[in-house]
Formats: sequence, structure tokens, C-alpha cells
Amino acid sequence: MTAPESGNAPTEWICGKCGEPLRLSRVNVSYLGSGYPVDLLMCTKCKRALVPPEMALGKMLEVERLLEDK
Amino acid sequence: MDQSRLHELEEQCIQDCDPPCTAHCPMHVDIRQICKEITAGNFNNALTTLQKSIPFPEIIARTCDQPCQLVCNRQTLGGAVRVADLELACCQFGKTENPQPLMKARKKALIAVIGAGLCGMTAAWVLTRKGYTVVLFDREEHPGGQLWRLSDSQLPKDIILRESAKLEQTGIDLRNNTEIELNAFDRSQYDAVLIATGVEEAVSKWLEENGKGVSAIDTLTFETGITGVFCGGSILHPPSTVLSMADGKRTAISIDRYLQKVSLTASRSSEGAQETRLYTNLEGIQPVSAVMPTTIFNGYTPDEAIAEARRCLLCDCMECVKVCTYLSEYGAYPRKYVRDIYNNLSIIMHQRRGNKFINSCTLCGLCGEVCPTDLNFAEVIEQTRKTMVETKKMPISAHDFALRDMAFSNSPRFAFTYPVPGEEKCDYLLFPGCQLAASNPEYISLIYDDLRKQVENLGIMLRCCGSPAQWSGEEALFMESGTAIRSEWESLGNPKFILACSSCNKALQQIIPGVETISLWEFLLKNEQLASVRQKTTQEYKIHDPCTSRYEPEWQNFARGVIERLGINYSELRMSRSLTECCGYGGVAWLANPDLAHKTIQRRINEDESDYLTYCVMCRDLFAAEGKPTLHLLDLIYGRDVAALAKRKPPDYSQRHENRIRIKQRMEKRLLGKGDGIMETYEKIKLQLSSGMRDILEARLILVEDIQKVIEHVETSGEYFINKSNGHSIASYKPNLITYWVEFTKQEDTYIVLDAYSHRMVVGGDTSL
Repeated sequence: MTAPESGNAPTEWICGKCGEPLRLSRVNVSYLGSGYPVDLLMCTKCKRALVPPEMALGKMLEVERLLEDK
Repeated sequence: MDQSRLHELEEQCIQDCDPPCTAHCPMHVDIRQICKEITAGNFNNALTTLQKSIPFPEIIARTCDQPCQLVCNRQTLGGAVRVADLELACCQFGKTENPQPLMKARKKALIAVIGAGLCGMTAAWVLTRKGYTVVLFDREEHPGGQLWRLSDSQLPKDIILRESAKLEQTGIDLRNNTEIELNAFDRSQYDAVLIATGVEEAVSKWLEENGKGVSAIDTLTFETGITGVFCGGSILHPPSTVLSMADGKRTAISIDRYLQKVSLTASRSSEGAQETRLYTNLEGIQPVSAVMPTTIFNGYTPDEAIAEARRCLLCDCMECVKVCTYLSEYGAYPRKYVRDIYNNLSIIMHQRRGNKFINSCTLCGLCGEVCPTDLNFAEVIEQTRKTMVETKKMPISAHDFALRDMAFSNSPRFAFTYPVPGEEKCDYLLFPGCQLAASNPEYISLIYDDLRKQVENLGIMLRCCGSPAQWSGEEALFMESGTAIRSEWESLGNPKFILACSSCNKALQQIIPGVETISLWEFLLKNEQLASVRQKTTQEYKIHDPCTSRYEPEWQNFARGVIERLGINYSELRMSRSLTECCGYGGVAWLANPDLAHKTIQRRINEDESDYLTYCVMCRDLFAAEGKPTLHLLDLIYGRDVAALAKRKPPDYSQRHENRIRIKQRMEKRLLGKGDGIMETYEKIKLQLSSGMRDILEARLILVEDIQKVIEHVETSGEYFINKSNGHSIASYKPNLITYWVEFTKQEDTYIVLDAYSHRMVVGGDTSL
């Protein structure tokens, strides 16, 4: 899996349901009542976003742990 | 944990108690620290440490009667450490500013000290440092009193002059050649008076006439019964420089308190020579003879001092820390840890950094077994976890995986309770436990068959005992699971449990107090056919007792009995029976701290080179997973190739679920004559997983069924993303609090899994939360 390309250009990823190319967009992620904006590849039609493994196992895990210890 | 409980626990840990030498020293010199510094060649630091408690170290080093020697733990191992000689070495080879600070703010009160022996000198010194103005009267030309009577070889006169010169340097008004006639002395000029003349008939007589006499002097406060008049020094005890010095310090404390108008008696129990509660294990310490100074009065050379200081045992306790990977990992000991835990529980707004520490204990209880004061730190941790759960401060992910595993075991996928076909009640109930079913499902039906030959009326109960909930501090969940067990047990007519796992035993005893449980090993020992089982092994095994058998000596005996009946050679590990060590699985610590669990396992498996033999399936699996050939007792009874069994790789988390499903189906079929079990729709999804991918899933705590659910979601919803350059698809599904992602390709009806990962953060929604 490759990292999302920057900018708002269409990427090599396509939404299987809508057929639309995914574009880098600002998406909200939240946990235990705290929310943050992050840039993720998203289908502009159905608004579903792709979380890449680097983010799930990196930054997201880190923030999850911090919030759980609050 | 409230504050009084915290103090109770802190008090119970003796690690911070003084070593015997310091406790018995009237001046509480930190001898252990001095020895540590000298051993490292730091004579300056050693002298600084000495000066913290002793104002005139050169005098004490040459005259102390060393009460420390009588209690030194080295005494029977080469002779007590020669502390006074080491102190002399500090004075000779160390250079330092005097570390006792002089209080800058001067107080108004004026104090008279009568007699400039060691008691008077010390009192004047201490009071001046506290900011008082002191007039020190002495009838001789130079301070020192009785010290002048000592031989020149023991205490050269120039040392007395050098040390006592500090008095005037520090601002004390020394009036030498001044004989004080107490009856004529005008006390009204002074706010307090200390009489420190040594044994004087005139003084004794004056005290009797004006107060109650020498015998009535308060040994704690040194009050004479005459307002503002205190008395200390050799009038109260046989000649001893260290006692006179201690009197000087303690009378100064009394005078200070008297002038500050605060209690003279409060919090003074630690003054003077004390017994200590510190325990030091002397096992295995080799005797080393004391180093004699080449010339008695000139003392050690630096090398001699270092050699002697090295003999100090640096007495401490650390009994629990020595035997526990967890307690040693965090660099302190229970007294400090309970304070950390208390603080962690008190944090409201900020990061609670102690959470991982609290969740890293295996709760095995070995600390309590080796503790000289029976402090069981595991119990503290267990209680703390409960409190964290109750106050909603337990991190959600800390135990989630284990609790979901427990929920699985108590779901219809595995949970199954049934009496003998045709009966409603049973006398005995086989409860093999969820992990034996997960690791060796095939043994369960074999055990069932063997037991049926011994007891006709045998039922079976497949489910989890609830231990994971208890280890996680989830008391409500533990009780809920316990209630379910209890009601099924009652409906079977309160049968006796036959158990393969000592964790289950502990849990069941709590769920149904007084319930009759029998270990499987006791039952198997009664099986007459057992002796006919002959394994072709002459190997000698080391027996590893599971930590939950710690308080079950009978379980340990029956297990050994079975081993003997089987004709297997075995011997004991150094830490066995009540002192056995945890395999790292206990307390769900492996989830919170996998690295530490790994170290715990390594420690245990490296204790001996022989293969291990145990009777807990988790111990076996964890040891074997790290490369230690380990057999389960059941392998010897029901297995064939024991050499291969000892090395077998344990099943992964997904296989553990599958194994439980399989044994439930098998038993259901045997007893009810039906049961293809419940098949979930997602189970029909065909996956291809490389062994590398299985390892990744294991490390990321992702089950095959989690992946199947993602794929099923793709098939039903059509929601996935596809990469047009490599043709890989990626999709997610959130069956619970966790979102699972799978990257895959498809070949015919099989999904080839390329990656899988998960997160708990929720994507989308409002950031203003």
C-alpha cells in the first residue's frame, strides 16, 4: 500500500462502489470524545475514507493510547 | 486506596529502613553510603556523607566505640566492617566544605551552654547552625573536656585543637577559663541553659536542690524539671564519645523546640540507637576477612580502605525485586511503587503514566511469598485495577482482547454444559477450562472417556472460568460470568468439579464458596491403567509448577504423583512449588506489556537446560513458543511422540478459537447425537494466509474471523477501494469498537490476504466533540 499522494488530484485509488477516484481530503477522526482533523484519501461521492496502515499503526495508535491514559 | 491504606502499605515494605549499623548508631551515620563511596574511590563524597551527621569527624573516627560493629551483618562472615577506620580514611583522604548549612536568619534567643566537652561542643554547634546565639562556657583553656585525657596516640592533641577551632569560626562565643558556679549563675540573661559538664558533684547537688536530681532528667527531652534548663552528656551514661555527641544534638533539638514553643516530645521516636526492621538475605555470601590497617593509629592506605569498604554488604532487602522481572523492570521497590500507584489513581486531568505499570503485573504472588513482612504486591495491583475499572480510569484497550476471548468462550460457540445422556443431574462435572480446549482439544474427549470409566455419572462444562475478567479488574463481569456458571452447576445438582487448571480452581472457589473441586491429577492418579502408559523416554525433566498452583500444595503433589506413576524422571527447579515463577501469561500482563512478558518467560526458561514438564497448558505453550521444549503432563498420558510434542508450536489466537469450536461440536455430537454447531455466515469465506501473515495477525491481535467479517462486508455492501496500478483492494469493517482493514486480492473464490491492521479511532463525524 502506498502513501496517499499530496494535493487534491485524483489518485491511483478508486472507490469500488462509486467508481470515483479518491482524493486527499480533510477528514475528522475521533476517540473518547476528542476529535482531530487529518488528511485522508476519500471518495468524493460516498465520503468514505481510506486509513492507510502507517496511520492506523502509527499516529492513530499513539493518540489512542494518550487519550486512554487521560 | 485511601491515604491511610497507602501509609500502611508503605510501612509494610521495609526496604527503606536503615541498615543495622545506621540504626544502632546514636548519630545515624549513613555507613552504607560511606562504604559505597569509598568502594568507588570517592573519598570526598564519603567525607561529605560523614559530615552530614557528624560535626567533628576527626574526633569520632578516632574515639568512637562503634556500636555498629555489634550488629553488622558481616560479623559472622569475616568480621564486622571496621567503620571507624573507614571514617578515619574519609578524614585523611577526603576534602570537602562542611555540608551543614548555617542558617542566615539569626534568632533573638540567647543560649548558655555550660561545659565544652563533646556534648556541649555539639549542642553549641547545632544551635548556632539553627540561627541561635550561643555562649559556650568552659573552665579549661581549650574545649574538648574528657578528650584531653585520651592518649596522644589515639587522639593527637592537635586534632582536638583543630576540630574545636571550628566552634569560634562558626561564631560561637567561647568563654574559656570560666568556671560556672551554678548557684551564682544568672540564668535570667539566657533564654535556655544546657548543662553539659560531665559528672560533677556540684552539678548533681544543684540539680537536686533546684529540680529532682540527675535520675529525673528526661531521657527523651533532657529536661531537668527546671524551666529552661536542660542537661546531657556523660553525666547520664558511661563514657562514650558517640553518645555524648548524640546528647549534644538531641539537647539542641529540645532547646530549639522549647524556644519555638512546640512539643518537645512529638515525632522523636527515631532519635538515638534503634532496632531496625530491615531484613537482608545472607544466603550465599562468602566470608571475607577484615582488612587490618598497616599501622593501627595512622589508619588505612586508600587501597586498604577501598578493600575494607568493599566488604560492606550494602544491606538492603529487595527480596521481591530479586525474584520478579516486573518489579525489577521499573527500577524501584514496593514502597515507592505503592506511592506511584496512589498518585496515579489521584490524577484527574493529566496523563496517567502509571497505567502500563499497573497492568504489567502477572499477579502471580511470588512477591508475597518471599517478603519478610508478607507484603503481597499482586493483591495491591489487583485491587488497584478494580478501582480503575470502577472509576472508569482503566484504558479500554488494556484488557479488551482477553475479555473478548472470554466472551467468545462463554458464547454458544464454545459454552456447553451437559450431564450424562439420559440423566438430568450428575455427581461429577469435568471443567477442562478454555485454554486446554484451545491448545489440545483432542485431549478433552480422551480425558472424558477415562474419567467415565472411573465415575459413571460425569457431566461436562465447557466455558471460561472468568479469570481474565478478574485479572482485568472487571469484578462485575467476573460476577456475571460466575452467576451463569453457578446456575448451570445448580441445575446439574451441585456436582463436584474436576479441574485441569488451577486458575479455574481459584475462580470457582470464589464464585461458589466452599464448592468441592478435585484436580484432574488426583483423579488420574486413581486410574489403575495409568501405570501401563509407558512413554519411551528416559529423559529427565524439570517440573514447572504453574503460578496459580502456588497455594495448592495438593495439586502439586498429585501432579508429581502422576509423573512418578508414569515412570518419568524429573527433578525440581530452584524456584518451585510455593516459590514457582509465572510464565508471563498471568494477570493479562502479556497484553499490556508484551516485551516484559517475553523477559519473564526468558528468565524462567533459562533457569535450567533440561526440558520442562508442567501441568498448565499456557505455561507449556508460552515456553515452547520461545523455543524451550516443554511437555504438558497430558502429553505423557495421551501423546505419542513426546519429543515432538515438547517442541510443537502452540496454536495462534485464531486456531485457539477454532479448536474450541471443534471440541464443543465433537462433545455435542457425542452426547446429544447432533450438532454441526453454529456456523456463522462469514466462516464460509475462504482466505489464503501465508505463515508470515499469520504472525502479523498474531502480533496485531487480529483474528481470522475479523478478516472474514471484513470480506463478508465487502461482498454484501460492495464497499471497498481498489488500486488501479496494482489491482489490490482494501476494505474495512467495524464489528465492535475496533475498525479492521484488510488489503487483498481475489483468485477464484479465495481471498489472498496481503495486509491487515486495525484502529480504534472513529473516522468521520464531528471534530468539535
